[in-house]
Amino acid sequence: MRWVALCAIPVFFCAAAVLQRQIDVRAATLSEANEELILRSPEAIRKLSLGYDALLGDIYWTRAVQYYGREMNEPRPDFHLLWPLLDVTTTLDPRLEVAYHFGAIFLSETGSIGAGRTDLAIKLVKKGVAANPNIWQLGTDLGFLYYWRLKDYPNATAAYLEASRVPNAPPWIKAMAARVAQTGGSIETSQMIWGQIYDSTKDATIKKRAKEELQGLRAQEDMIQLGKLADQYKQRVGRYPASEEDLRAAGLLPGIAVDPAGFPYEFDSDGKPRLNSKTTFQMPKEPKVFSAPAARTESSPSEQIQGTRVQ
Amino acid sequence: MAAAIIEIEGLTKDYPSGFWRKRWKRSLDHLSLQVEEGEIFGFLGPNGAGKTTTLKLLMGLIFPTSGTARIRGRSIEDIAMHAEIGYLPEHPYFYDYLTARELLDYYARFSNYSTAERNARVETFLKRVGLSSAANVQLRKFSKGMLQRAGIAQAILHDPKVVFLDEPMSGLDPVGRREVRDIILALKQQGKTVFFSTHILSDAEMLCDRVGVLVDGKLHGVGSPREMVSVEMQSMEILFELLEGRALPPRIADQARQIGGRYRIAVPEQDVYVAIEQLRSCDARILSMTPVRPTLEDYFIRLVGRERAATHEEETVLR
Amino acid sequence: MNAIPGAVAVNTFREAVRDRVLYNLIFFALLMIAASILVGQISIGIDRMVIVNLGLSAISLIGLVMAIFIGVSLVSKEIEKRTLYSLLARPIHRWQFLAGKYAGLLLTLIVNTAFMTVGLAGALFYVGRPFVRGDLTILIAIYFILLEFALVTAVALLFSCYSSPMLSTLFTVGVYITGVFAQDIRQAGDLSKDAAVEFITRAVYYLVPNFHNFNVIAAAAHGEAVGFGLVWQNTLYTAVYVVLVLLGATAVFSGRDLK
Repeated sequence: MRWVALCAIPVFFCAAAVLQRQIDVRAATLSEANEELILRSPEAIRKLSLGYDALLGDIYWTRAVQYYGREMNEPRPDFHLLWPLLDVTTTLDPRLEVAYHFGAIFLSETGSIGAGRTDLAIKLVKKGVAANPNIWQLGTDLGFLYYWRLKDYPNATAAYLEASRVPNAPPWIKAMAARVAQTGGSIETSQMIWGQIYDSTKDATIKKRAKEELQGLRAQEDMIQLGKLADQYKQRVGRYPASEEDLRAAGLLPGIAVDPAGFPYEFDSDGKPRLNSKTTFQMPKEPKVFSAPAARTESSPSEQIQGTRVQ
Repeated sequence: MAAAIIEIEGLTKDYPSGFWRKRWKRSLDHLSLQVEEGEIFGFLGPNGAGKTTTLKLLMGLIFPTSGTARIRGRSIEDIAMHAEIGYLPEHPYFYDYLTARELLDYYARFSNYSTAERNARVETFLKRVGLSSAANVQLRKFSKGMLQRAGIAQAILHDPKVVFLDEPMSGLDPVGRREVRDIILALKQQGKTVFFSTHILSDAEMLCDRVGVLVDGKLHGVGSPREMVSVEMQSMEILFELLEGRALPPRIADQARQIGGRYRIAVPEQDVYVAIEQLRSCDARILSMTPVRPTLEDYFIRLVGRERAATHEEETVLR
Repeated sequence: MNAIPGAVAVNTFREAVRDRVLYNLIFFALLMIAASILVGQISIGIDRMVIVNLGLSAISLIGLVMAIFIGVSLVSKEIEKRTLYSLLARPIHRWQFLAGKYAGLLLTLIVNTAFMTVGLAGALFYVGRPFVRGDLTILIAIYFILLEFALVTAVALLFSCYSSPMLSTLFTVGVYITGVFAQDIRQAGDLSKDAAVEFITRAVYYLVPNFHNFNVIAAAAHGEAVGFGLVWQNTLYTAVYVVLVLLGATAVFSGRDLK
């Protein structure tokens, strides 16, 4: 009898597994696998954690990251849960710096890579600043949001100034505040801001984003420069250059400038520079409100990305 | 005249009973008793009489409703007095994850011994109760008899002056019971006082200098076993043969029992001569006459029966 | 005189070991190993913090479960199994017995926690961080967790003196949860503006041991320092409270008939 029982067990296990798969299929067709946050109130969750809030915070942070990663792969991404997840995370662990950071960037990102809610991003980062007045990185995140997303230069300046007053805050923050106040939305300023984000973050997703932005800024910078050179060419030669080769032949360019994907820039008939039609490089989708670049300061890893412009 | 080594005065214990715990059940009713030094005292009584209650009161496991008791002149409330007494509870439950040696070592730590002395004592008493070979076996593997022996060992290993044993012979086979009897006698030889409760009346008869009988919480008499039973009448057992063709007188015929070709009859002491006359008148041949000693058990059963009847009567009257 | 509670304590510890209570360490070790291996893949950049959070929370939770489940049967098991009968016939006061049982369980918890601390250190090491000054807070967090155990064990022991393990568990868990929420309860009472409610909530706050005092797990995970003053005060609070509860247990147990 014992052997009968022992042999029957694997059979029943297989049956259960088969049934489970069928249930999964049926349940999936019932509704798209919906991630939902059953408990919305961060305070309620914190109370329920019975003192283990930091651990629960880590769990929610993990959920937030995985949620973001999953949605990114969806054909029609929708990040509506990102804010609640990050809100709960930061209520459970108000000191989780990386969560504020992540939210600052990806709550405000538009298109298919973010929730497009700059207001919530600002709300989150302000919460972070209030809970962690000694973490200057949060203040600079706030500055970034006002500057980059809202083009609200006065508030951006105020945020950077506030951050610069934190003990141990590095000196560049004050310089940033001044620069934003003076030159507003210049490429240089934007490069400084994204450069700082790139240098200071350890989160791979954020780093990648910053790199893309910096590359886009560099391309813009290149094209503005090329535009000026094209004007000079027109004055000298009487017509707009057909390609960079023309500029080089005229001695205006020491070499051929390439975009971050390695393709030379092209000119349209009005002499406006544009990206090579065959290029694989994609401009990040941000509206451009920039003026001419100003003089450079010291180098940093972000500067390496901008790389040598001459081949 | 020295004070008794155990003095119990008016010891009473009431338990709350009934669903709302309002009524009181008296399980020990003003027990007063004295035990002399060096004697073996047997505490007898049916189940539920209050024997274990008495022992638990003496050990400080439960607290009296009224009355006092003193052991070696020290109140039972004096915990330090416990150093001079040993106790074997009714069902010896011990930590089953300990070995016999570890158990004795643990209990020995409650007395002030040096490590060397403690170890020596543990070994000595393991040997004395015959557990040396099982010293490193966990108690959970012990038989009832072995547990009992371990229990006795812990009760005596600190050389107490008075030893209290609750049903020490219960559940043991005849060999085990013999061993326990021997240990009790040995304790007496060492000058110790032994107070034990038991059902096994033949053991009480054999061992005890004095006994006390407890029924339904009340003490009915204290004395040597002989004194207790001599209250009862003796009777005589007559063995006789009948000659062919003769009949027995009717009264004898009622009571006599036939075994093979012979007859037996038990006759109360005062009727012996009348019976002999009657037998002679029918020419019976008397083979033997033996006095029948009543046992403690007879006394006991009769006493309990009487008490139960009395209580029953009381209850019927009260209703 | 001190030898007697000590002997009881050692025996209680021995019982826990032989009851294979320490096998929970295997579970903890597996947890730490799994966490160390997986953490890098699911949470970028904060692996150390997650290990500390997970490890400390597990130490706290497992220890609490042990403190409660063993604590509530400390006395009741001895009564039920009647092992107490022959013990109390020896020259041992009932308070000495209680003190010994308490110390024995606490010793078990301390030993258990020590092993777990080593496991946690191992996991941190594996994840690649050298030990920094901020890790001292982890040790303080563990110390606070031990203080918590000391309190919960005392409460469990108290209940063990007069009710069954089932009821005692419920009561002890109830006291613990109330203690964790004590601050919230008090705040709710303050907000209610009803004098009676406020009085009750205040009373609860001071009556119940405030377990929220001991939670510095988050601080340890972020490597923040915990002031020495706080350590000292919490130690004192625990000591006072434990003595208080043990006195209560003695009061209850000293008058109790052992059926």
